[in-house]
Amino acid sequence: MAEQTNTKKLGEPIIQLEHVNKWYDDFHVLKDINLEVRQGEIVVVAGPSGSGKSTMIRCINRLEEYQEGSIRVKGIEVNNDVKNLRAIRSNVAMVFQHFNLFPHLTILENLTLAPVWVYKTPKKEAIETAMHYLEKVNIADQANKYPNQLSGGQQQRVAIARALCKSPDIMLFDEPTSALDPEMIGEVLDVMIKLAEEGKTMITVTHEMGFARKVADRVIFMDAGQIIEENDPETFFHHPESERLQLFLKQILNH
Amino acid sequence: MAVYPPKPAKEPPLLERGPIAWVRHNLLSSPFNIAFTILGLAILYWTIPPFVKWAFLDANFAGHTKADCTGNGACWVFVKEKLNMFFFGFYPQDQLWRPKSVIAAILALVAFAKFVPGLHRFKLLLIVLFPVFAFIMLHGGYFGLPLVETSKWGGLLLTLVIASVGIILSFPIGILLALGRQSKLPIIKSLSVFYIEFVRGVPLITVLFMASVVLPLFFPEGVNFDKLARALIGITLFEAAYVAENIRSGFQAIPKGQYEAADALGLSYWQKMALVILPQAIKVTIPNLVGTFISLFKDTSLVMIIGLFDLLAMVNVTSNDRDWLGMDTEGYVFVAFIFWIFTFSMSMYSKRLERKLNTDKGK
Repeated sequence: MAEQTNTKKLGEPIIQLEHVNKWYDDFHVLKDINLEVRQGEIVVVAGPSGSGKSTMIRCINRLEEYQEGSIRVKGIEVNNDVKNLRAIRSNVAMVFQHFNLFPHLTILENLTLAPVWVYKTPKKEAIETAMHYLEKVNIADQANKYPNQLSGGQQQRVAIARALCKSPDIMLFDEPTSALDPEMIGEVLDVMIKLAEEGKTMITVTHEMGFARKVADRVIFMDAGQIIEENDPETFFHHPESERLQLFLKQILNH
Repeated sequence: MAVYPPKPAKEPPLLERGPIAWVRHNLLSSPFNIAFTILGLAILYWTIPPFVKWAFLDANFAGHTKADCTGNGACWVFVKEKLNMFFFGFYPQDQLWRPKSVIAAILALVAFAKFVPGLHRFKLLLIVLFPVFAFIMLHGGYFGLPLVETSKWGGLLLTLVIASVGIILSFPIGILLALGRQSKLPIIKSLSVFYIEFVRGVPLITVLFMASVVLPLFFPEGVNFDKLARALIGITLFEAAYVAENIRSGFQAIPKGQYEAADALGLSYWQKMALVILPQAIKVTIPNLVGTFISLFKDTSLVMIIGLFDLLAMVNVTSNDRDWLGMDTEGYVFVAFIFWIFTFSMSMYSKRLERKLNTDKGK
């Protein structure tokens, strides 16, 4: 696999986390996180369960609150301000481990819900956009079915299409393939790779190291609430510096 | 190693298929079950034939007075002669076309909503305007319609008015209370919890007494608030607490991920609740909600104690008529049958609704 970081031109910083600290009651889940992601950059976050990976990306669209430090998305402070929150959530889309499609709505309605109600897109236009993205994830023929009639892989592709519908600048993927049967992981990763190649800014929490090697500009290793190591994929996988990462890689790659 | 040819499918053994299998598995599967089957058949034998004999074979249907009832069975002549009383109470005879046309309008509205496609806004408008129409028709005092005081309303008409107003108004109030109980704002939350728990701790009879006897004490001299209206307010506020608890149980069945997905998509609190959470919460709670509404329908009979004459109360009224003394058995059986028709339709409708809203049709 050819190294991509040298050829790809990255834009301005679009997500900035500075000294972010978060506690669940007494438990210190995020310890002084500093991270800057630039426009068009593909960042993969790896690490053992409970290391704070998901919590970190969930702070970026404020599904979780943090107690110290600052997070900015396109220069906008992520805080309780309703206007800021609205601006951030229209720029940052998220794909969840368990898809979280709305089971009472059809696939098409799942996609048009936010555009129609939140962004006041005319219904016809919203449907056209939705169909465009459904075609992009190869699932347009299922538009009028309900989520529970689809397989896990199909549901996750729908969830990606739903996230894309408001044309966000940033996509957050929270373990998008962890709940899938092995034979369905590929179809979801294919869609994600396609997005990565189109230059979408992405932060992906995943255990799919193949994906990381293939498309990531940078891989971040977290453990016990802190960033332990970050590097380009080549160095990350072949010349890990920290002992903790060496151990982690040995555990996940050696079988 | 070996290769096996595919085997053809065979029929199950004779004793394991068709009605024989059904009887073996459902009626005679164990000695205990056999005993129960025999007991069940015996109970049916002791109850069904005598009832059929009384209600149909020996019953009198023709005629106009008690003297026409010559058989040993039921005197349905009584029910026939008092039908208007059972259905409309003391509503003036010459004005009966008004409640009748309201009922006709309901049927027309249902048929229109069901068989004419589209026109959603127009239908919604009709549904919103209908209570106004029904009130003007029943109560009168406008457009040259003579006034019919609510104290004259009675029988099935009154039961239906109380039940439908109670159901329709308690639903939105119950939703607001359920949302209030889920709220992160401590004042709203504790007010909702207090209201729900207080109301659920009080019997409906007490609420009706309060509404009819105690409430007027707080009104200024000379202000007289319609008794039916007071009962309606009491029942609505009472039912709202139960509806709220039903809907709250629905909220608890919704995974956290649904809230998060709605948040991540940028939906506001009210959009999230109205478009994502409530439709699902109400769906899972339909059986409970309909159960609550069925008991509300039957509880309307309690208005008897504050001097309103609902369907059940009409049995007393009509069988106390000197010409028809001793007819209360027929009256109660008839009223039970009417109640059953309505409550059974409600549970049938709830089943249909559940099926229709079921989007987990497998893969």
